[in-house]
Amino acid sequence: MPRDASIKSVLIIGSGPIIIGQACEFDYSGSQASRSLREEGIEVSLINSNPATIMTDPLTADHIYLMPLTVESLRHILSERKIDAVLATMGGQTALNLAIEAGKQGLWEEFDVKLIGVDLDAIELAENREEFRKHVISIGLSVAPSFIANSFLEGKNASQKIGFPLVIRPSYTLGGHGGGFVHVEEEFDEALRRGLNASPSHEVLVEKAVLGWKEYELELLRDNNDNVVIICTVENLDPMGIHTGDSITVAPAMTLSDTAYQEMRNQSIKLMRSMGNFAGGCNIQFSINPETEELICIEINPRVSRSSALASKATGYPIAKIAAKLAIGYNLDELKNQITKTTSAYFEPTLDYVIVKMPRWNFDKFYGSDHTLGLQMKSVGEVMSIGRNFLEALQKACQSQENNRAGLGADKKEWIKTEDIIHRLEVVSDDRIYRVKDALRLGVPIKSIQKLTKIDPWYLKQIKQLVNLENELMQYNIPDDIPESFFRELKVNGYSDSQIAWLMRVDERTVTKQRKKLGIRRTYKMVDTCAAEFEAQTPYFYSTFDFENESVPTDNKKIVVLGSGPNRIGQGIEFDYCCVHGVMAIKEAGYESIMVNCNPETVSTDFDIADKLYFEPIYWEHLEEILELEKPEGVIVQLGGQTALKLSHKIKEAGYNIVGTSVDSMDLAEDRGRFSDLLKELNIPYPRYGVAEDVDEAIRIANEVTYPVLVRPSYVLGGQRMRIVINDAELERHVLSIFKHMPDNRVLVDQFLERAKEAEVDAIYDGDEVLIMGIMEHIEPAGIHSGDSSAVLPTYSLSDQAIEKMKEYTEKLAKALNIKGLINIQFAIKDDFVYVIEANPRASRTTPFIAKAYQVPFLKIATHVMLGNKKIKDFEFEKKLEGYAIKVPVFSFNKFPNVDKQLGPEMKSTGEAIQFIKDLNDPFFRKLDKERSMYLSR
Amino acid sequence: MTDKALQDAVLLLEDGTVFRGKAAGKKGIGVGEICFNTGMTGYQEIFTDPSYFGQILVTTNAHIGNYGIKSAEVESENIQIAGLVCKNFTDQYSRPLADTAIQKYFEENNIVCIHQLDTRAIVKHIRSKGAMNCLISTSELDVEKLMEKCKEIPSMEGLELASKVSTSDSYDMGDDGSDIKIAVLDFGTKKNILKCFVERGAYLKVFPAKTEIEEILKFGADGFFLSNGPGDPSSMDYAISTIKALLELKKPMFGICLGHQLLALANDIPTYKMHHGHRGINHPVKNLVTGYCEITSQNHGFGVSPEAIAQSTKVEITHQNLNDNTIEGIKVIDAPAFSVQYHPEASPGPHDSRYLFDDFIALIKNHKN
Repeated sequence: MPRDASIKSVLIIGSGPIIIGQACEFDYSGSQASRSLREEGIEVSLINSNPATIMTDPLTADHIYLMPLTVESLRHILSERKIDAVLATMGGQTALNLAIEAGKQGLWEEFDVKLIGVDLDAIELAENREEFRKHVISIGLSVAPSFIANSFLEGKNASQKIGFPLVIRPSYTLGGHGGGFVHVEEEFDEALRRGLNASPSHEVLVEKAVLGWKEYELELLRDNNDNVVIICTVENLDPMGIHTGDSITVAPAMTLSDTAYQEMRNQSIKLMRSMGNFAGGCNIQFSINPETEELICIEINPRVSRSSALASKATGYPIAKIAAKLAIGYNLDELKNQITKTTSAYFEPTLDYVIVKMPRWNFDKFYGSDHTLGLQMKSVGEVMSIGRNFLEALQKACQSQENNRAGLGADKKEWIKTEDIIHRLEVVSDDRIYRVKDALRLGVPIKSIQKLTKIDPWYLKQIKQLVNLENELMQYNIPDDIPESFFRELKVNGYSDSQIAWLMRVDERTVTKQRKKLGIRRTYKMVDTCAAEFEAQTPYFYSTFDFENESVPTDNKKIVVLGSGPNRIGQGIEFDYCCVHGVMAIKEAGYESIMVNCNPETVSTDFDIADKLYFEPIYWEHLEEILELEKPEGVIVQLGGQTALKLSHKIKEAGYNIVGTSVDSMDLAEDRGRFSDLLKELNIPYPRYGVAEDVDEAIRIANEVTYPVLVRPSYVLGGQRMRIVINDAELERHVLSIFKHMPDNRVLVDQFLERAKEAEVDAIYDGDEVLIMGIMEHIEPAGIHSGDSSAVLPTYSLSDQAIEKMKEYTEKLAKALNIKGLINIQFAIKDDFVYVIEANPRASRTTPFIAKAYQVPFLKIATHVMLGNKKIKDFEFEKKLEGYAIKVPVFSFNKFPNVDKQLGPEMKSTGEAIQFIKDLNDPFFRKLDKERSMYLSR
Repeated sequence: MTDKALQDAVLLLEDGTVFRGKAAGKKGIGVGEICFNTGMTGYQEIFTDPSYFGQILVTTNAHIGNYGIKSAEVESENIQIAGLVCKNFTDQYSRPLADTAIQKYFEENNIVCIHQLDTRAIVKHIRSKGAMNCLISTSELDVEKLMEKCKEIPSMEGLELASKVSTSDSYDMGDDGSDIKIAVLDFGTKKNILKCFVERGAYLKVFPAKTEIEEILKFGADGFFLSNGPGDPSSMDYAISTIKALLELKKPMFGICLGHQLLALANDIPTYKMHHGHRGINHPVKNLVTGYCEITSQNHGFGVSPEAIAQSTKVEITHQNLNDNTIEGIKVIDAPAFSVQYHPEASPGPHDSRYLFDDFIALIKNHKN
């Protein structure tokens, strides 16, 4: 069936602020869907409260509604604009729940709006665990034995019938929230109570735990003609028992025979076809008993999900884009494969590489939280890596993690005590894969590790090969001794030069030099959906050590943009927004744009954003090879947050041009000592401070600047390990803890300005003129990290004099730091006296917020300024904002039951929303203002 | 990867292109026509599919051997490919149901393998230059000497191979009391095709490729099945004349792959050698009769001429490839005969097309009434 011509105007519902379990993958799906619909000439309106998204950008949709995701907001939109259909499957469970709620209130009927790409009965069926279980059995598939419970008593009864271990799964919750394993009877009551409370319908499923079975996810697409294709099959390295969002996953399936796979494929198609009638994407989870290959169905998500984003990046097949086309009536056989452009979209991608997805956790942000992994998702982001074999992909994933690992071990961070390692194999936490390697290295038999971890032995045998390779390397004393073929074998298996250097106890540069001398260089292969069967033009590449290089550099002038790696607290979607805009501006300025990133949830890693995409770790060795191949005019590090910024020294040392602000200026801003000297020179006040290299020095400084003091390591992200302390004892404890976790670091001790106001400025400087993008005043007092503060744009209580001072200091600093592009400056204001706290010479968390609130393309202006092809005066714009915009932080504390909402100098929020208010009498503002000091703790 | 120290190996193509990699499997030389398969599962089924007889197989999947070898999951008794080219020959496996590892299996079956070479570059080469003869050597590494050997390999075009892989004696399968009797003309049939018939209650008699028609007729079949198999269909005059005669009976007939090409030839539709064929388990096909699509398992290097079909009054198209519009299925107009180019039995591959076996059984039943 060709597209439904009656649909001329579509509303897409976004997923709101980022929380654990629902991250920027829905920005990816929403933006892709929007572009896909606009291609068809459809007018797209979009609602989302998250200002850091690309989808809420004028580039993406025709009409943007930055409003809370509520039925009232929907009513407002529908009253204002003729909408023919609403697409709610691109915004995760949040969007679906809203669509269901609006449906219950009769909104869709009232305004004669079609719900497309979804069948509400199917959603209902998928979410209601008991109904779903019955349904699965009725179509002849298997499930784990279970009982539904709506009361404590029913729950107890169920547990008696099933026995332990068992699982509690609350109905209608997100990311496994409130669920968990219960291994012994003593833990059951508490777990049941928590589950019943977590479910909005006070309903839980008590299920037999199939611990240790293998877990799989299939991504499917279905059209109106009931044609179904499987886009990707993902195998979880971590078996059943760990939330798939917290599992290391691999595609294609490594340990699955054709007979087992086809059975799973058949069942998935049968199940999808049985779930109502809708055209779009769907995700189904299965579990297999490795001994018998018995298959049970775990769950179905009849919508685009987190794993759809991963599957799209893993295969090159743009699931959200195609799902959007299916929603407006197209059939799969009427659409083209977006990568080859010549073959059909009705097909199943095939991979000639291996991908590994590795979650990124941020436990250090949640003090006292339970670090063990289970049914409830706890990771805050993820990376994907691509290699020509499993080990290469696995080690590249480790290198992508942004946690100072050089690969899977062999980097000075191994554990050496067998008991500790064995304990961590049993009590699963974020480091299990590393501990598996440690255990193998110490000679723990594969069988024992398998017993403890239930990880399929194939993976263990693979990792064991790394141990063998490392033992073989021990035969050689220096890199020059390593034969070419063995050197190549190490690289083929994903070893970084730094790992080889550590194993040989030599300098990394020596290894790199020898490697290059031997001509062992990365080649680039294309992700093309079809294992090279058909010709593809898609500029989507990954590196490996093979023979033919498919990424042929053009003669164009090029600019490389470094992305921000995995989402973490303090570094999230906002930098993806900045990168996408940077790429657009680079193209506009006549350069070829080259994107480097490893985060599969992002829009910047869509193959049709930049002229060329390298899906690679933001890791120097990988980047260097790209730069040596592409020879770009420059590299932009300002847009990718701290991750990108961190590499600027190496980029400069290697002789490449950093676009915009110089490395030295960035250093000047980061180095507290030099920066304070500069402030002194410019006559700008700053809190008293000192730099300490040991505890005694820290105590001396603290007493000089007087308690309370703010203590932190230098060079950190999101205020990591930053604390307010009030006496010598606390100070000593904290300083020691910093040195323990971050040796080689220095400690900064700052005077803490109690009860001071905080404000921040984002600005652009082009060498002649400073453009103040916006001044934000925080509702919460100083001491709470700016990322966790509610920021009001423009200021609402600061005096004109203070505002003038902030502008003056911004101008002075921008000039003195010789900024070319973006700068963010944070201020504390006490008794109308303005202090500068810090300056960040790069895109900040608030840059997208200001751009959205004022509706000015600041990122575009900044990128042109960085490139030097335009000045601020070349742009005309008008700030459009009535009243105020508030950036409201959103937290995921409910994922960590034992952690209180305590805010301090270290950032803890996972996402943000934007709220527009007319004036200060707004009840939303008044509530925030009233509670402003409530959560300040340390 | 095997634990043994890796030996060097060479893959030499007819056009002189040389790829160097490491040896696995049996030490020696393997010769044949090069082809590639893009499936991500089912390597064992592919190795044992008689249609691959005389071919050197390139698998595009990153790892081969990773779930071991299970003796029950074969399409014939032997490995049929003449040699394997893959990225990572992975001897270690974990599947509890498997019986042995791939290295041992290759050694037992005298199959050579070359791995750790740029398989993607090879696929791109075949994609642009077309199918050609080639040779894997894990013993002799002197390219000049090997080139002489390579030149001796006969061209696939005009080569009759079906009779080499067909059963030597006829045999029967299924319940002999069944009222659905199917005569199978074995040109190199896969086991799973026969299984699909037996599962649907049919009684089969499988005949060697060159069986005389009188012999076949003695069985008193209700329907005839033309199997898949290797080689150039246009070189099989014996089969074409048998099928022509059988068509006269106006009894149900079903052909798969080579059987499909033979049915076309018997209706005066010529076949041609494709540039590099279709081999994989993700090929999109549209059923033009029902409008539904199916993901199919394919393995063929020859095709049926679309131009001739367009002008034919004897057959019509029922299935078409959505990637390149090649002919995937035909139906004879004045006889209850149909055929498909792909493999509805799958193994390996999706089971989307198994309805064709139901269709054939239904056709037989209807015809009998």
